[in-house]
Amino acid sequence: MTDESARTGRFAPGAHVRTYLHDPPHHTRLPRYARGKRGVVVEPEGPAPLADVRAQGRDDAPVEMIYAVRFTARDLWGEGDHHVVLDLSESYLKEAE
Amino acid sequence: MSGTDTHDDAVISRQVRRLESLLEEKGIVGGDTVDEVIDGFLAGASPVNGAKVTARAWTDPAYRERLLADGTAAVGELGFSSGGVQKQRLRVVENTAGTHNIIVCTLCSCYPLRLLGPSPGWYKSEAYRSRVVRDPRGVLADFGVTLPESVDITVWDSSAETRYMVLPRRPAGTDDLSEEELAGLVTRNGLIGTAVL
Repeated sequence: MTDESARTGRFAPGAHVRTYLHDPPHHTRLPRYARGKRGVVVEPEGPAPLADVRAQGRDDAPVEMIYAVRFTARDLWGEGDHHVVLDLSESYLKEAE
Repeated sequence: MSGTDTHDDAVISRQVRRLESLLEEKGIVGGDTVDEVIDGFLAGASPVNGAKVTARAWTDPAYRERLLADGTAAVGELGFSSGGVQKQRLRVVENTAGTHNIIVCTLCSCYPLRLLGPSPGWYKSEAYRSRVVRDPRGVLADFGVTLPESVDITVWDSSAETRYMVLPRRPAGTDDLSEEELAGLVTRNGLIGTAVL
């Protein structure tokens, strides 16, 4: 990722996204309950070093845009009428199919 | 979930005390260093701050708009920040007749410490953290709060750099109260979203 794309971000508010389903062997800020789920971008929150890399004690963490992403309870749990908003780094997200 | 302030921290407390005494034995930190850092960390951190921000937003519509648009800057106007050791971005989420917000950190215990003071034990409990994202109405019921079915509940899981604070609804019948009196009505749980004022 270039510095420029970290500043502006790849996803706009309202973008439909899906989180990756990976299960990394290191720290990540993508909670297990929100893996492989579809959501909608609320807003970009600003760039930050990727916690997954920083937590390994490395100083080469890429700077990525973090997004507030809104999920329906039905998509997360298969039931419920509430919403959950998570703050997720850009590399946790792909465009929803 | 017990809904109280109790939780079992005996094991982690022992580990922390042992680590602290080892650091002191080996001369890595001085005897008062840890206490000084903790005192500095907590200095001025109190839910009174969040209550003042809330009362200002209730009485000053222009301030309320600035608070919801850029929480970090708006609490800065009153001399507050949201972080602990580091300054963090603050997003204030507003309860209305149709929406109710609750904050949690499912990964650890992120919390707007400067505005709310040290977090209650239950906020850090696995019971609260795991259940509120799945069944917020059930958790609210444990706190004695029942919201109409028509109210949309949003749970804000602080999973990165942003900290959240709830702007509670102003209680009815408070038109004659001063800003200071209004601040006195705001509770910590109201700012977390586990109470309705």
